[in-house]
Amino acid sequence: MMLLALYAIFFYAPVEKTMGLVQKIFYIHVPAAFIAFLAFFITFAASILYLVKKDNQWDLIALCSAEIGIIFCTIVLVTGPIWAKPVWNVWWTWDPRLTTTLILWFIYVAYLMLRGVVGENKKANFSAVFGIIGFVNVPLTFFAIRLWRTIHPVMITSRGINISGPMKDTLALTFSAFCLLFIFLLLTRMRLEKMKRATETVIAMFEERHHF
Amino acid sequence: MCLFSFLVVIIFSFAFGTDLQVYNGMVPGILWVAFIFSGLLGLNRSFGTERDKGTLSGLLLCPVAPWEIFLAKMIGTLIFTTIMEIFTFLVFIILYNQNVLPFLVPLSLVIFLGTLGFSIVGTIFSAMSSATKARDVILSILVFPISVPVIIASVKATGLILEGRSIQTVYAWLKILVAFDMVFLLLAYLTFSHIMEE
Repeated sequence: MMLLALYAIFFYAPVEKTMGLVQKIFYIHVPAAFIAFLAFFITFAASILYLVKKDNQWDLIALCSAEIGIIFCTIVLVTGPIWAKPVWNVWWTWDPRLTTTLILWFIYVAYLMLRGVVGENKKANFSAVFGIIGFVNVPLTFFAIRLWRTIHPVMITSRGINISGPMKDTLALTFSAFCLLFIFLLLTRMRLEKMKRATETVIAMFEERHHF
Repeated sequence: MCLFSFLVVIIFSFAFGTDLQVYNGMVPGILWVAFIFSGLLGLNRSFGTERDKGTLSGLLLCPVAPWEIFLAKMIGTLIFTTIMEIFTFLVFIILYNQNVLPFLVPLSLVIFLGTLGFSIVGTIFSAMSSATKARDVILSILVFPISVPVIIASVKATGLILEGRSIQTVYAWLKILVAFDMVFLLLAYLTFSHIMEE
């Protein structure tokens, strides 16, 4: 599926008139952004469910989804400037979408760091609370930055991309490829995390035996 | 805390020197950087010593809801931060030659709302970070990304007021500040008992 998507990106989709070849990054950028938001939303929902049900399964989903979300968010933040430099003539502009994505990235890296330093008994609770707060914060950040930008003169933010037939097809294909990739990654990561936790329990039991 | 924020204000005036006389737009930013950095110093201590000495367990044994402990902690932080801000503000007026007397009421409203939002978020995360190994670092990593809307809204509102604009222009920013305060107060109410759970 990924190979097919790559083929479509490079051979099937036409070269955009004004932006040229660099426009092709769009087929990776947009699905990646969508997947990042989806992954963070799953973290948010799983965090709420964890606090309500107190079932470790939800904590596991939240963690795995956040990790994958960061990967896709990084892809978005790297591909964005590569496209923006030739098209907008700047690497970065403080546009609401860009800034919100950046803040999102910071929030979920903080989420993982928090998990790294909290003791085992509080880890799931703390990260669930942070997962909820972090996600709720996103629309507020977006509105604040939008207001900030409308008062300042804005650079170029309009994205007048009218996509034609083959372009739309390619985008749909990469979208589905990215969705499948996400599901695959999430399931793999969850299986890995489950095995890790099971191993940890076994080791803990073993050590307890040794002490007595 | 106070001393630290004085130093922040003074370091900025060294760093930018006479440019500030020319470009006044930077001034509200400096004020809020001083507030936020010093506020963070205070927040670090909000739960730290209590966890170390076991006072927190005692508090949890008291017949009050975790939410009430949160509220009390938050108000405490708010009061201390406000006192620090008053002193910093005086130093700031003198060093940066600002005329604030006509705008005192809207300015204090903005500062109050901004500080409230910062205290709410800060108290939640201070309760979390005090249970970790790397307290100071983790607190700043948690607080800064979340308080982005407060910082933007407060800095812009302060700037507009200092420029002498009417209260209507600041209104949109005040709405964001109030929304932020309400949303996070609600979230704290819903989730704080989970943080206190041992």
